[in-house]
Amino acid sequence: MTIAFYTLAAFILALGVLVVSTKNTVHAVLFLVANFLCVAMLYVLLQAEFLAVIQVLVYAGGIVVLYLFVVMLVNLKRGPETHVDPRRRDRMGLLIGGAVLAEFVAILLYGFAPRATGAAPAAAAPGVGNVEQVGWSLYVDYLVPFEVASILLLVAMIGAIVLAKKEP
Amino acid sequence: MTPITPAHYLVLSAALFSIGLIGVLVRRNLIVIFMSIELMLNAVNINLVAFSQQWQHVVGQVFALFVVAVAAAEAAIGLGIILAFYRNKETVNVDEITLMRW
Amino acid sequence: MADSYLPLIPLLPAAGALLNGVAGVRFFGKRAAAAVACSTMAAAFVLSVAAFVELLRRPADAREITVTVAAWVPPLALETARGIGTFAVDWALRLDPLSALMILVVSGIGFLIHVYSVAYMAAESDGAYARYFCYLNLFCFFMLTLVLGSNFLVMFVGWEGVGLCSYLLIGYWYEKKSASDAGKKAFIVNRIGDFGFMLGMFLVFYTFGTLDFRAVQDMAPAVAAAAGTGVLATICLLLFVGATGKSAQIPLYVWLPDAMEGPTPVSALIHAATMVTAGVYMVCRNAVLFSQAPDVMMVVALIGVLTALMAASIGLVQNDIKRVLAYSTVSQLGYMFLATGVGAFAAAAFHLMTHAFFKALLFLGSGSVIHGMGGEQDMRRMGALKRYLPVTYATMMVGMLAIAGVPPFSGFFSKDEILYRAFLGHKVIWVLAVITAGMTAFYMFRLVAMTFLGAYRGPAFPGADAHGGHPAHGHDDHAGHGHGAWHGPHESPRMMTVPLILLAAGAVVAGFVGIPAALGGANRIEHFLAPSFEPRGAVHAAATAPSDEAATSASHGEGSAAVERAAATAAPEGTHEAPHLSTAGELGLMAFSVVVALTGIAVGRRLYVQQPGAADRLAERVPLAYRTLLNKYWIDELYHATVVRGTLLLARVSWRFDALVVDGAVNGSGWTTRFSAWVSGLIDQYIVDGLVNGTGATLREASLGFRRMQTGLVQTYALLMMIGVFALVSAYLVLR
Repeated sequence: MTIAFYTLAAFILALGVLVVSTKNTVHAVLFLVANFLCVAMLYVLLQAEFLAVIQVLVYAGGIVVLYLFVVMLVNLKRGPETHVDPRRRDRMGLLIGGAVLAEFVAILLYGFAPRATGAAPAAAAPGVGNVEQVGWSLYVDYLVPFEVASILLLVAMIGAIVLAKKEP
Repeated sequence: MTPITPAHYLVLSAALFSIGLIGVLVRRNLIVIFMSIELMLNAVNINLVAFSQQWQHVVGQVFALFVVAVAAAEAAIGLGIILAFYRNKETVNVDEITLMRW
Repeated sequence: MADSYLPLIPLLPAAGALLNGVAGVRFFGKRAAAAVACSTMAAAFVLSVAAFVELLRRPADAREITVTVAAWVPPLALETARGIGTFAVDWALRLDPLSALMILVVSGIGFLIHVYSVAYMAAESDGAYARYFCYLNLFCFFMLTLVLGSNFLVMFVGWEGVGLCSYLLIGYWYEKKSASDAGKKAFIVNRIGDFGFMLGMFLVFYTFGTLDFRAVQDMAPAVAAAAGTGVLATICLLLFVGATGKSAQIPLYVWLPDAMEGPTPVSALIHAATMVTAGVYMVCRNAVLFSQAPDVMMVVALIGVLTALMAASIGLVQNDIKRVLAYSTVSQLGYMFLATGVGAFAAAAFHLMTHAFFKALLFLGSGSVIHGMGGEQDMRRMGALKRYLPVTYATMMVGMLAIAGVPPFSGFFSKDEILYRAFLGHKVIWVLAVITAGMTAFYMFRLVAMTFLGAYRGPAFPGADAHGGHPAHGHDDHAGHGHGAWHGPHESPRMMTVPLILLAAGAVVAGFVGIPAALGGANRIEHFLAPSFEPRGAVHAAATAPSDEAATSASHGEGSAAVERAAATAAPEGTHEAPHLSTAGELGLMAFSVVVALTGIAVGRRLYVQQPGAADRLAERVPLAYRTLLNKYWIDELYHATVVRGTLLLARVSWRFDALVVDGAVNGSGWTTRFSAWVSGLIDQYIVDGLVNGTGATLREASLGFRRMQTGLVQTYALLMMIGVFALVSAYLVLR
């Protein structure tokens, strides 16, 4: 478990850094797929099998393909990065990102860590599969939000069609 | 080796979130910025699932599912906007998108 | 029966005028235009005769036919003296004895004059010829409307219409400045009178609540008893002002002599026979009203006799043949007003009729002379025309004898009736009237003598014999009458002489309808006309039970004395209480007036026939009087100096006032406005705008720093947001 976690964490962070830093957008998308797959494995580690499957199907299979399409369609003649705006504050961004990370970690270490050991993880309810639990919760307790989410997706689909449609 | 506690997951999540954040702040390619946002959403999902596992309650996973749905919608719309914008301006550079300027 | 064709009587000439005016001026030849005009007039005359005969067949108290042709003014609520009344006027025509007489005169003489005009105007171009007949027909339409109208407003339409046609026809030769000026003069002077008429009409409606003649007449005695005679006197005075304008009485007579600038048939029709008698007709039509206002009656009589005297005296010395006749017309109209003034309305209408005959005859005769002389109007260049215009001479002689009042011609009967009634009314008026009669005889004989008798004094012409002794004068321009080269005086064509003969016959016999009782006649016209001058039913009441009427009038209380006095002056039959002369006295008066007339003729004969030149010597002996008369008492000059100059002065003063005070005020206020606008503009520009701009500038300067943050770059915003997150989290960490 421990080894799996650290390995996966290392992969996830490395791939995330690669996604953000790669110049080539297609490569970035591929790194993103890998990253998503790693996250899916992490979900398995966390006993969220259904979510892992969804992660693979939706993220790695759907959204990323979408990204790939867009990357293909936006056939850039010159890389967006070649143009440098003098007002940009890249270092500032790095700095702030790092600072926020540091602070999160600080909070975790000072506020969360002491109790982390004390809180023993309860065992999963025997005989009840993860998918079943998720299904119960989703279709019984959160039925209305679920339907709202479906409407949201429908609207997004229509909006995407309208936006992407070529001007007549 | 210490056992893997939720704190580990939270640190991982925070790190991934920060990576996405830095991507959003630093990169100029709109597509990459969107991908960074996806990274951040994944960080959030890791958080949720970690807590779900800690409290042995499935609601965290359900929320993660909703986040996935929102992410899908966001990706669809965002990419549509990118396409439309590209069609008009021949660029996906955020530095050239300054319509909100005074 | 009559109501079916009564409207046609005025409408036929209207149709003729419309046809000639719309199509004729452009497309008709002379024959077509004349045929349209004359046939419509002939038809109107036939219908008039038919209507007259039908009226005669009825019993005396049923001789009144009212025809409503169309609705006109819908009922309107309007204030009257007795509360809110209803103002509603219809296009209604009424045939009663007075209007029957008038339509006979108008359509009959109108028809003859139309025929006469056919030849007289033959020298005009086709378009002008049709225009002339259009106007003439239109005039007849309006005149017939005037006399047939059953209420004041319809009458007023005719009244204004004949004024318009008079203006159009006087100015018929509008290229001539004097003609168009005369037209304008006639129109403007008439306007003054019309104003009085309108005011009178308003007051009639206010007092009686109706404009219908019959209704007004029926109510008049009661109103006079209830409201006193003051209101009625005012009404009558205002109406009489209208009559003085239309009928050329002092002080508004000045337009009529100038109106002779129009074609001679027009002068005959409008300014002698019909239109100028409209005033007399109007007074007769409102006889009942006038009878209630004895003071106004006196004014009418005085104005009438003074006008008669003054115009006759001017006529003594005028040399223009048409002007003599014009002043004669004014004088005779004065006679008619004199008659109405002394309450002899029937006599006035009678004289109106006979005058229409002989004055139309005289005018047409003078037209014939002018035609024969090639446009010459000055009698000093005529003479001895008896040889060349025998028919004209004979007919004019008849006319002269008629107007002079020589029996048995028509003028004798009508004039004598007036003199008789004047004698009964007021002796001074009678004296003045008799003097006028003498003058009339004199100047009319002078006219005939200068024109037809004595030696020829006109321009020489080929074939002139011993009579044309004078060398050629400057040949007069033919004006509108030009008919080629003039070959000496000649008789007029048949189309002109036949109307002359017919009118002469009329001038002889027209008087026989009114032979006074003293001469064994029945004075039928007076009895025929009587219903028109009385409130309804009064004829019977007066005839059957005079005491009864006296009793009712006595019961009216305070106003009864005035009513009775008025009734006494008004009653044309003199059935009761009227002063009466014995038959011998009446015959004596008659004989006296005949003697006066014959004396006038004799004096004229002595001065102009027996001793040529005597008149000039007489004029030299009394130069002041001669010049005064010749210059028409300088009335025109007086009016010019007072009214015209006064108006111009007033206009000038108003103009100066306008230019200096009103314009000054306007300009001043404009300038003030501009100045204050300039000041407020400065305030606006420097203070208000300064404040606004200052605020804006301040804000802009102040916002410069904040503005820089709005880069429009999403990432910058995200960065700022993250800084905020960082700050909050830091605060959490530090303050925990």
